[in-house]
Amino acid sequence: MHMADALVSPAVGGIMYACSAAVAAYSVRKIKLEADPLKVPVMGVMGAFVFAAQMINFSIPGTGSSGHLCGGMLLTALLEPYASFLTLLSVLLIQCLLFADGGLLALGANVWNMAFYGCIIAFFCVWKPVMKNGLSKGKVVAASIIGSVLSLQLGSFSVTLQTLASGNSELPFSVFLGVMQPIHLAIGLVEGLITAAVLIFIYEARPELLQAPQTEGRKNRFSLKKVVIILGIVAVLTGGVLSHFASSSPDGLEWSIEKTSGQEELEAEGDIYERAQSVQEKTSFLPDYAFKDSDTSAGTSFSGIFGALAVVLVCAGVCLLVKWIQKRNSKA
Amino acid sequence: MSKMTGAIYEIHQIDEIAQRKNWINDIHPLIKLIVTIGYILCVVSFHKYDLTGLIIMAVYPASLFILGDLSFLGSIRKLRIVLPLVCAVGIWNPFFDKQPMMLLGAFTITGGMISMVTLMLKGILSVLASYLFIATTTIEKICYALKLLHVPTILVTQILLTYRYISILLSEANRIMTAYLLRAPGQKGIHFKVWGSLAGQLLLGSMDRASRVYESMSLRGYNGTFYFRGKKAIGKNDIFYLLIWILIIGVLRMEVLL
Repeated sequence: MHMADALVSPAVGGIMYACSAAVAAYSVRKIKLEADPLKVPVMGVMGAFVFAAQMINFSIPGTGSSGHLCGGMLLTALLEPYASFLTLLSVLLIQCLLFADGGLLALGANVWNMAFYGCIIAFFCVWKPVMKNGLSKGKVVAASIIGSVLSLQLGSFSVTLQTLASGNSELPFSVFLGVMQPIHLAIGLVEGLITAAVLIFIYEARPELLQAPQTEGRKNRFSLKKVVIILGIVAVLTGGVLSHFASSSPDGLEWSIEKTSGQEELEAEGDIYERAQSVQEKTSFLPDYAFKDSDTSAGTSFSGIFGALAVVLVCAGVCLLVKWIQKRNSKA
Repeated sequence: MSKMTGAIYEIHQIDEIAQRKNWINDIHPLIKLIVTIGYILCVVSFHKYDLTGLIIMAVYPASLFILGDLSFLGSIRKLRIVLPLVCAVGIWNPFFDKQPMMLLGAFTITGGMISMVTLMLKGILSVLASYLFIATTTIEKICYALKLLHVPTILVTQILLTYRYISILLSEANRIMTAYLLRAPGQKGIHFKVWGSLAGQLLLGSMDRASRVYESMSLRGYNGTFYFRGKKAIGKNDIFYLLIWILIIGVLRMEVLL
């Protein structure tokens, strides 16, 4: 997934440098606060380990091919997010300088696509939540696979965006994405399985190296209540304010239909379609994101807020249902 | 030669070339870093149809290869990773951009064909510029330049340590792989049943090594800061080198704009 200099424009390269530099500066601050003198030598040697491990070929059963380790998820599980981000950053810099794997200008983009998603996002979105109540073999396997797949999917999506934003490829967005995402899904799965195998070995041999993330003392800073309030404000702002600026132009699918059939929406004929349409007309009280028989912007805003609330309620309902089923199963 | 042996060889080779006594090697690392990044920025900023302008930009690597007494063949190996990737992206351009640009007899050259070649050329020139930088500057000097740019000490130390231990861990991984392959002849890669234990053993060995490294460093007075040997101030030659390249690259770029 290493991007070459030729694939990024100076603007995209500069923006990605700024983003990665901001994360690096924050990570350095965090490590300084930890004040652990052993951390830097461990990071150095672990960086060299990742470099060496990337060269080991692991045969993939049933395919006749082999894959290798990238190391983001493995590092984040062992060193925690900030140290692992800096470790992978130095590995990427050395790879770019010594082996021309990636480019000097594209370094910011590569750090973002691999180290930010692989270490920071994978830790906070996958490893930490999964390990919240302690470690187990199953959790290690699940977190390794989910984390690797998620980070590689995000990384490959960013590569697509960065290349197209740089204007260096004539490939349409959908085609580029259609090629990148499935390939990286397979790579992510292999990476996840190798990471899981290594972490399980560590869990059995030296469990003290693989500790569950510390959550004590941080609960008050990041309580569920605060998260719900922040998400609520973001949802209201997005739905109520930003929906004013929603484009009146057709979306991608509507545009394609318009180009091929000359109509924005396809009219389906038949008894079953008419019945379904009449049910939809009776039940939808905000047709086309507006009040019925009204064309005011307030209708759009209300639709946005209502839609966001509806999604939140449905998600909360599903979560409560899952929790209730889990409780019932544990009692049984 | 195995992949790991090849990598170890490549690291040693680059180290040797970078430590030569040569006027380019003696230029201040910060100046070389600025010139390299400036050159790459100029190269990638060319329009996708501006093939002529890009060809002229080859002046920089061509002059440095000749003046710095560096082997061009040595740099070709570096293109093996970048070129396939750039080709994979650029090869589709002729299929999507069929705008005719010029006629070559009966053959029409389309915009997509030109942008494909331009993309490849950008890839080659930027890799050559990076190679010229690393082939004339040791990693210690690069880290010194980063330090002058106020890159945090933790990060600079981390880069130095990683680089220092890459050869050692590559040799260790190579020994493990050789031992495994001698016991499992004809097998492609590591069998999935030993994925964890093989890489895990290397990992545990590395962690133990990190503790030993820290203890040894502490015994020798390490307090979190690295002191660079051969610090030097930016001299007249360095300023001259910088100005010359700013002038040449600037003129070549402006010529194209005009």
